[in-house]
Amino acid sequence: MMNKPRHIAVIGGGIAGMETASRLAQAGYKITLIEKERITGGHLTQWSHLFPDSSDPAIVVSRLSSALSHQNIKVITSTEITDISKNGQYFNLKSGSEMSLNADAIVVTSGFHLFDASRKEEYGYGLFDNVLTSADLELMMKNEKPIRTASGKKPRRIAIIHCVGSRDAKAGNTYCSKVCCITGIKQAIELNKRLPECEIFCFYMDLRLYGSSFDGLYLTAQQKHKVQFIRGRLSEAAEKPDKSLQIKAEDTLSGRPLRMDVDMIILLVGMEPGISHNNFSRNGSVQLDENGFLKCKDVHAARNLTTQTGIFMAGTCICPMSVSETLENARSAALEVINYFERKM
Amino acid sequence: MKDLDFLTSTPSRQIDYEKFDTRLLDSVLENETSFLTCMSCGGCTATCSAGNLTNFNVRKIGLMLRRGEIDQLSVEIEKCMFCGKCTLVCPRDINIRNVVLLIKKGIALLKTENILS
Ligand SMILES: Cc1cc2nc3c(=O)[nH]c(=O)nc-3n(C[C@H](O)[C@H](O)[C@H](O)COP(=O)(O)OP(=O)(O)OC[C@H]3O[C@@H](n4cnc5c(N)ncnc54)[C@H](O)[C@@H]3O)c2cc1C
Ligand code: SF4
Ligand code: SF4
Ligand code: SF4
Repeated sequence: MMNKPRHIAVIGGGIAGMETASRLAQAGYKITLIEKERITGGHLTQWSHLFPDSSDPAIVVSRLSSALSHQNIKVITSTEITDISKNGQYFNLKSGSEMSLNADAIVVTSGFHLFDASRKEEYGYGLFDNVLTSADLELMMKNEKPIRTASGKKPRRIAIIHCVGSRDAKAGNTYCSKVCCITGIKQAIELNKRLPECEIFCFYMDLRLYGSSFDGLYLTAQQKHKVQFIRGRLSEAAEKPDKSLQIKAEDTLSGRPLRMDVDMIILLVGMEPGISHNNFSRNGSVQLDENGFLKCKDVHAARNLTTQTGIFMAGTCICPMSVSETLENARSAALEVINYFERKM
Repeated sequence: MKDLDFLTSTPSRQIDYEKFDTRLLDSVLENETSFLTCMSCGGCTATCSAGNLTNFNVRKIGLMLRRGEIDQLSVEIEKCMFCGKCTLVCPRDINIRNVVLLIKKGIALLKTENILS
């Protein structure tokens, strides 16, 4: 078949990169997977339970890790790709001045960046002790820390706030991050399991539960876990002398302003385009879409193709996705790469 | 608001789309297109200075405008204090304060037109 095996560089060792790399290696290609952190797995290494089945993310990651120990795959960690460029028929990848490597094709799997909640000053993240993000809560539960307020008390009431840094022109992101509604419901259920006495309220604008089993979780949250839903966007949070919080929203279904005292706030932070995207688009290698994610060549027919021939992409560098969607998307990217080289021969 | 009776039909339980008076809405949209994008999140109402003191609801002002409920609107709109807080929180970046201003102007105009005609 091939005289010399083609070499493909995969940028980003989250689950998208791991799946793409292992599928391509199985098809006979030589892969270099580059990850900026010390370990592969991406954001999944920070989460506690996965919707929709409450499974352990470590299972997904360890299955993908073992598939990476393949003779065709070389994994380089603690290395961030800062530049990609075309050099004749090769692509050149650089990590500052420390590393340079050539590849016949690239798959970008650089994932997403969490919205920095301190940018919504009126919600008090980083200012008030008992305001956490959904990512903080995941890590707390993953480390099996008991859920307590900053002063060590069991919270009696928690508010979960939807759309933080998404669907918000003031935060500069007008798109929906897609998985945070269901993440909020997952977390409400997990909180209720740990704190059965605690009241849990979700403040939402629209509940976007797009997955076939997501509405089932919504039902479970209402029936079994007594989670309550209030349709209204949080306007602000204030800290009281005892460090509990007063929040303000409109209960839009009754049409009246609402105030509530809570012991803890969980902000469902959105998914932003990965920071590396700016590096990759700087010298015109790839283009970005209207939200700053990597732009695809055709939104229907070529979802895994960037605007640059030979550079492919997979996972949440394209748009917000769940784990199962990311993995499916990675397999479809692998197929596109294979088609690309087969057509070339 | 006797003088505005001409603007509306007898109120009924049912929303009758065919009877919407869109004159005011059209004039507001012409001058403040951002108002098209409201998603009824209620952020404005939650922060509104007037809404925390009276039963004023600025989100519902928008709704009344869309439904052509002009006589009710002309009473409610007087409660706004023009502090602009609503505009600061709106996730759709709507200039709500300006919408309120345009409604006031529009109502004044409708009233004059009636007197003149
Ligand atoms: C709070 C929260 C909870 C969630 N819970 C769930 C859940 O329960 N179930 C579910 O299905 N989904 C969940 N998700 C979504 C899930 O996290 C994503 O689907 C998944 O992480 C996407 O994987 P990825 O590989 O595309 O991106 P990432 O996980 O972001 O991985 C990208 C990797 O690329 C690396 N990288 C980036 N740039 C470079 C570079 N220039 N050079 C080298 N390496 C680079 C990063 O370090 C990272 O390791 C949740 C999301 C959030 C925000
Ligand atoms: S998924 Fe839900 S919480 Fe997340 S941005 Fe969309 S509507 Fe808001
Ligand atoms: S804050 Fe903006 S989007 Fe929300 S209800 Fe008010 S006007 Fe509409
Ligand atoms: S400008 Fe009027 S509507 Fe807006 S917050 Fe102030 S009082 Fe309320």
